[in-house]
Amino acid sequence: MNEVGVKWYSPGKILTYFMLIAISFLSIFPFYWMFVIGSNHTSAINKFPPAFLPGANFFQNAQNVFINIDFFKAIMNSVITSTVITVAVLFFCSLAGFAFAKLEFKGKNWLFVFIIATMMVPAQLGIIPSYMIMAKLGWIDSLNAVIVPAVVNAFGVFWMRQYIGATIPNELLDAGRIDGCSNFKLYYAVVLPSVRPAVATLGLITFMNVWNDFLWPLVVLKDRSVHTIQIALRTLNGAYYQDYAMILAGTFMATLPILIVFLMFSKQFIAGLTEGSVK
Amino acid sequence: MGSNLEVNKKGAITALPKTRKTLKQSTKDHISGYLYISPFFIIFGIFGLFPIIFTAYISFHKWNILGTKEFIGFKNYQLLFTDPLFWKALGNTFSIWVISTLPQLFIALILAFVLNSAFLKGKEFFRLAVFLPNITSVVAVAIIFGAIFGETYGVLNYMLSFLGIEPINWTGSYFGTHVAIATMVMWRWTGYNTIIYLSALQSIPKDLYEAATIDGANKMQQFFYITIPMIRPMVIFTVILSTIGGMQIFAEPLMFAGAGGGALDQGLTMTLYLYEEAFVRSSFGYSSAIAWVLFLIIVLFSLVNLFVTNRIKSAD
Repeated sequence: MNEVGVKWYSPGKILTYFMLIAISFLSIFPFYWMFVIGSNHTSAINKFPPAFLPGANFFQNAQNVFINIDFFKAIMNSVITSTVITVAVLFFCSLAGFAFAKLEFKGKNWLFVFIIATMMVPAQLGIIPSYMIMAKLGWIDSLNAVIVPAVVNAFGVFWMRQYIGATIPNELLDAGRIDGCSNFKLYYAVVLPSVRPAVATLGLITFMNVWNDFLWPLVVLKDRSVHTIQIALRTLNGAYYQDYAMILAGTFMATLPILIVFLMFSKQFIAGLTEGSVK
Repeated sequence: MGSNLEVNKKGAITALPKTRKTLKQSTKDHISGYLYISPFFIIFGIFGLFPIIFTAYISFHKWNILGTKEFIGFKNYQLLFTDPLFWKALGNTFSIWVISTLPQLFIALILAFVLNSAFLKGKEFFRLAVFLPNITSVVAVAIIFGAIFGETYGVLNYMLSFLGIEPINWTGSYFGTHVAIATMVMWRWTGYNTIIYLSALQSIPKDLYEAATIDGANKMQQFFYITIPMIRPMVIFTVILSTIGGMQIFAEPLMFAGAGGGALDQGLTMTLYLYEEAFVRSSFGYSSAIAWVLFLIIVLFSLVNLFVTNRIKSAD
């Protein structure tokens, strides 16, 4: 491979590019296809051969979506839950990560191992009692039921601890202490500004996970007024008559916000993901 | 820290005000430390640990929606092992896991390797394109692939018709449903695993390969004796992760095969069964037993996978 690698058209290279282009096509095609169906009239999809180009019917389909579900309310609910949880996770997890990485207290290592072990436990194991707790608290059909249990998570604590441990030199903290900084001041003024890449990556992961979460919201958010966008999409899909053009227009609109957020941060995100796991 | 304390003690003899300040630092660290990690333990205690233990308690009872409960010992578990639907759910879950995970991790490994080639142009674009499916929700994936896998109007059957293949009833058969669901899983997760493997590949020191080349090792030998052993931890990580994820598959079968997993129960997975028992039929006791058995299966199966993945290393 080394000797032929000089030529740009070596068979190995051509095969590589061919494979990557094919995989990229398979990755992107469903997004395209979603818009093709979502922008055509249902009859165009039911034709044989089916439509392969976007049509002019997108706004009509979107109208139908708005008639069937409270689309903007659902988007609003998703934005609220995702934003609140993300901000809370970033705060609590970086704070706990700082404690585990840089403060000395008894039982620290065991507590950290315990947190990692909790990552192995599947979420559904406690779903029935969790539901009962929410019923007792009167949080069924309230966004609280989704937000409160998610404000801090094991993965976030682990992630922040690894990053803070690897990037913040102890001397920096000692210098801050000599200047009379309290621990919280150290966290706020020294640690937090230096771990921005890790915070950005964790923030995006959290936001996407909450935005896409399905099982738990499905269980606790029954009333239409509190549906997140995923549950609303499911309602749209579960209608008796399946108007695929409408359903896919709705799916497209629901995916667009997360797609935009992702593409905005994608460069840092993928870099953060590849570098983060090395440490 | 121990040496610090000593200094403090010595300081206590000489300068009193200074002592108070420095002694406080260790105490302060203890207070801050416990305070800063307490949110996790409070939230996990209430919404994680307590429900898990309480699930075990409920599983020994006949418990319905009104909260009337009757202790029945291991009856729920006994019932479970003679329940044909449970075995079906177990079989479906494993079948979907196998046909989604094995090809997925294999393709991801190759892709990561290709994306790591030095000559490659447009790396950023390919990485992004490969990762993109992971940002979509399972609901969106299920809807899109539901349309692609449609029997009469699906684009897949249309394309297969060029190869002379008769339309396949994807939603109506075991094989079709499992393949369709596995495709959704693969589409959404291959890129994610590729990025994980890629990060592992990039962390291998270059001089290892240089040294091997000087020693006369060819590319193939380098792959088997350097690359594979070096990325093994990440392979184990992805295998465990996809085991946990695969055993919990829920949204795809619910959306694709419909409530109850379809007419033949061909899409009934263990989590879907758990969900139906609890939140459709309100038999909380039975459902809790399913939850615990599912958990034990996940633990057991993860250990088996760990063992197998370890064997691969010692074999070469």
